[in-house]
Amino acid sequence: MIAPPLAPARFWGLTAAGACSFLGLWSVAALVGLTSRDFLPAPWDVVQRFGQLLVQPFAGHVLQEHLLSSLRRFAMGFGLAVLVGIPLGLLMAWFKWIDRIVTPAFEAVRFVAPIAWVPFAALWFGTGIGGPVLIIFMGAFPPVLINTYRGAKQVDRKYIEASQMLGASAWRSMTEVLLPAAVPSIVAGLRISAGLGWQSLVGAELIVASSGVGYMMVKGQASVSTATVMCGMVAIGVVGLVIDVALRRVQQAIETRRGV
Amino acid sequence: MANIQFQNVQRVFKQHDKEFVALKDINLVVQDREFVAIVGPSGCGKTTCMRMAAGLEHPTGGDVRVANEVVTRPGPDRAVVFQQFALFPWKTVWDNIDFGLKSLKVDAAERTRRIEQIIALMGLGGYEQAFPHQLSGGMQQRVAIARAYVLDPKVLLMDEPFGALDAQTRVVMQEELVRLARKNPRTVLFITHAVEEAVYLADRIVVMTRRPGTIREIIDVKSIREAEDWDQHKRIEDVMDLPSFVHLRTHVWKLLREQQGDDAH
Repeated sequence: MIAPPLAPARFWGLTAAGACSFLGLWSVAALVGLTSRDFLPAPWDVVQRFGQLLVQPFAGHVLQEHLLSSLRRFAMGFGLAVLVGIPLGLLMAWFKWIDRIVTPAFEAVRFVAPIAWVPFAALWFGTGIGGPVLIIFMGAFPPVLINTYRGAKQVDRKYIEASQMLGASAWRSMTEVLLPAAVPSIVAGLRISAGLGWQSLVGAELIVASSGVGYMMVKGQASVSTATVMCGMVAIGVVGLVIDVALRRVQQAIETRRGV
Repeated sequence: MANIQFQNVQRVFKQHDKEFVALKDINLVVQDREFVAIVGPSGCGKTTCMRMAAGLEHPTGGDVRVANEVVTRPGPDRAVVFQQFALFPWKTVWDNIDFGLKSLKVDAAERTRRIEQIIALMGLGGYEQAFPHQLSGGMQQRVAIARAYVLDPKVLLMDEPFGALDAQTRVVMQEELVRLARKNPRTVLFITHAVEEAVYLADRIVVMTRRPGTIREIIDVKSIREAEDWDQHKRIEDVMDLPSFVHLRTHVWKLLREQQGDDAH
C-alpha cells in the first residue's frame, strides 16, 4: 500500500529534521575529539574551507575554475555519449542486422566500470583531454544507448505501421516517428547517464594534471586537507543534483506537451 | 482501375507448432470506386483481410492485388484508417496530415493547398495547430480520415474506424463518411462488426464466418439503396426506419446469428 502524500509543512519539517540530525551527529563526533580535526573537520570547518577555496586558488585554481573545467569535460563526454548513443540506439531498433553486430560487443564492454578505463585512457591519451572524456563517455554511454534502443523497440506498433502506410523512408521513420516516440525513455536514460557520467568524473580527473574538482580533491588528499576533499565532494553532489533537476524539468516539460 | 482482388487467399497462423487456419478460400473483388464492408464476428479474420490489402500482413496462400499489382508492402497508395486512429501524438493536426504528403514528394504549395482543402472538408478548421490529445475522439478520427484522404489514395482501407467512438459521435461520423463517399467516391474496404453501420455505408456487404474465416455471403446493398432512394434522407435514423433497410439489416443479423448457434453446441 502506498502511504498518502505528506502535507507540505510536515514534508519540509521531516526533511529539515533529517538534515539537522546528520549535521548534529557530525558536529558532536568532531567536537568530542575522538580524532583530530584534520581527520574529521566539523561542518563549519568545511564551510569555512569552502569560502576560502572560492577566493584563494588551491592546486592552481579557485573552486569555480575547477568546477568549470570539470563541467567542460563532463559536457564533452556526456555530449559525445548522446551524439553516438541516440542515433546508434535508433539504428539498432530499426535495422536488425545492426542490432546483431553491436549488441555482443556492447554487452561485453559495458560491464567494464568507467573507473577501470583509467589505466587504458592514461596509456592512450596521457594527460590530454581525451582521457577524461573517454572515461565519462564510458559511464554515460550505456544508459543512453540502452534507453534509446528499448524506447524505440517498445514504440506502439500502430505508429510504425502508420508511418509505413504513409510511405515514410527509413530515415523519416526513425527521425519523425521512432525518435519522438522514444523521447520519454531517452530522457529517462539521459538522467541516469548524466548521473553516471558525472560520477565517473573524479576517476577521470585522477589522470588529469592541471585542473578539475577531482584533481583538486587528489591534491587535497596529498596535502592531508580533509576539509578540501569534503568541499570537493559537496561540490560534486550539489552540481550533480542541479544537473538532475534540470533534466527532470526537461522531462516534465515534454510530458506536459504530450498531455501525458 | 483501382480495384482490390483477393484470389484464393489463405492465412495460416502457427502457434506452438500447431497450425490454425484463420482465413480460407477468400475470393472477393472490390470494384473501382466501390464501397465494400466486411462484417463478421470477432476473430473471423476480417481485420487480417484489410491488413493484407494494406501490405501489413501477408497471405500464406493465394494473393491480394490492388490495381492489378500484388501487394507486398505498405504504401501511401493504400491509405489505412486504423481503429485506434494512430495519429502521431507529437505532431500537430497539420503535421499529421502533412506526413504522408511529404513522402509523395508533392511540392510545398501543392501540399498546403491540399491540406487546407481537406481540413475544410472534414470540418477541422481552427484546429490546425492542435495536438491530437487536445481533441475529442471524433475529431481525432476526422484527422485520421483526413490524413488518409489527402493522399488521394487508390484505395482506402478502414479498420473499424468508428469502433472507439461513443454512439452519438459515431452516427455523425457515419453520416459524414456517406457525404464524403458520395461526393468523392473511392474504392473503400471497410471493416466493422456493426451491422447497421455496414448496411448504411456500403455498396456491398461481405458476411464472414469464423474459424476458419470464410465468406458466407455477399449482399448487394447499392441496388436497393438506389431503388429506394435512401440518399434523399439526410439523417441516419430516417434511413434506418425504411422497410428496405430493416429487411437488409435483419438478413445480415440472421447470417451472423446462425454462426453463434454453431458455436453453442
